[in-house]
Amino acid sequence: MRFVIALPYAWLAVFFLLPFALVLGIALGTNDPDSAPPVALGFSLKNFALLFTDDLYLAAWLSSLRIAATATAITLLLGYPMAYAIARAAPRRRPLLLMLVVLPFWTSFLIRIYAWMGLLATNGPLDHILQWTGLTGGQATILGTEWAVQIGIVYAYLPFMVLPLYAALEKLDPGLLEAAADLGARPIQAFLTITLPLSLPGIVAGCLLVFIPAVGEFVIPDLLGGTETLMIGKVLWDEFFTNSDWPLASAVAICLLVLLVGPITLFQRQQAKSLERRP
Amino acid sequence: MTRRPGFALGVLAFGYAFLYLPIGVVILYSFNESRLVTVWGGFSLKWWGTLLANEAMLSAAWLSLRIALASATAAALIGLAAGYVLARAPRFPGRTLFGSLVIGPMVMPEVVMGISMLLLFVGSDRLLGGPERGFLTIAIAHTTFSIAFVAIVVQARLADFDRSLEEAATDLGATPWVTFLTVTLPLIAPAVGSGWLLAFTLSLDDLILTQFVAGAQSQTLPMRVYSSVRLGVDPQINVLATIIVVLAASLLAVSGWLTRRKA
Repeated sequence: MRFVIALPYAWLAVFFLLPFALVLGIALGTNDPDSAPPVALGFSLKNFALLFTDDLYLAAWLSSLRIAATATAITLLLGYPMAYAIARAAPRRRPLLLMLVVLPFWTSFLIRIYAWMGLLATNGPLDHILQWTGLTGGQATILGTEWAVQIGIVYAYLPFMVLPLYAALEKLDPGLLEAAADLGARPIQAFLTITLPLSLPGIVAGCLLVFIPAVGEFVIPDLLGGTETLMIGKVLWDEFFTNSDWPLASAVAICLLVLLVGPITLFQRQQAKSLERRP
Repeated sequence: MTRRPGFALGVLAFGYAFLYLPIGVVILYSFNESRLVTVWGGFSLKWWGTLLANEAMLSAAWLSLRIALASATAAALIGLAAGYVLARAPRFPGRTLFGSLVIGPMVMPEVVMGISMLLLFVGSDRLLGGPERGFLTIAIAHTTFSIAFVAIVVQARLADFDRSLEEAATDLGATPWVTFLTVTLPLIAPAVGSGWLLAFTLSLDDLILTQFVAGAQSQTLPMRVYSSVRLGVDPQINVLATIIVVLAASLLAVSGWLTRRKA
């Protein structure tokens, strides 16, 4: 058993835990474009100070949180009815319906986002439909706006919302709803007092699984967003690859980590609880 | 909801349309004669020919496949050990840290993991003179984030596992290793298999982590796709998307059919 513990423990300590210490170390250094790698080690907090005083970075933090929260809410509103309908479908249909939700996840993430580039482009299919309805009054470009980023997040992460919601809703005993109806509860009352509270673990897990990666998302704002769509994952990427400012990029990574420690711990705790609850 | 089947049907129709229409449009346009996405220029297979003759794309795909095979296999082994420990070793020093380390990569923003692993490889290059960035560093990075997915499936499988079989083997004098290899492993093999498949898919698809640790020489398939897609819509990518979707759908169909036949 000792060897069985040691193998994953050592691997993860070396390749997952140790690197974070390095990131912290580099974040305290300064940028030195003349050396390779472009870092002068030291102990300065100026990278962190910059992240919390410069308007550009502050705006990026705030809009990352706002975009991720909005997209999570939309994903929940779309995913809940879907999970509910699947959980109430005939048992022999459920595997197929679930597989259809999961299938896009097995195809390429990059290509699923790419698909929206064409759909959302000026004069693309969606623009044609909008022009036809007359809602937008002429040509409308969605690609390159925050809306496009929201659509991309909802689309990419919908399976992560539906699966935990389904797992919670499927366990729900229909007898409880019948009892409520027999006692005179209207469907909406029964939903609010029985279904919703009992599916709360699924709601929390689904929202965290969407929100956490969405905050640090890079591909979606890069391909679907415009120059004015600021997200912190893209800031980190640009600082690193475009400006070669490794210390600043490391400081962004540390802050992102600190920001997400709360949600991540919450998710881990729930995950552990749900595994222990199994007989 | 049984009283209002129309509502459920509408919800599902809308949801699945949202999930599948974009993919459908991409597949349709892979047969488009015109270069533009907004114009249907008639049916043509010319972009299929262009992609299949694209040496750079093909060698990138080959590299991605090799990395995915190596990293999924390593992740299956280490993930099996991690899942086994999580399910069967309730108490040992550092158990809490162990749990966080296993789940951590699953929820860590990829840009954060990318920069941290790159700094590790730069550091080891400085101190130990290697490994050279490329196949090995990408495979290590992919293994690290895939372990979680295998471990979770294995742990879940072991949690609802009939332990009396293992106890019987032990009572009959089998050593722990023999018991594991002849009783436990065959029973949890499907979980390890689906974990392997998940790790394989994640590795084939990963862009961000790869971009950080790849170095200057190696280009995986997602890196190629990304650099081409950044410049706008490319009909060759539509063809590639069609191939990937068809492959993924048939793989899932086969595995679904296999599990149903067993049940």
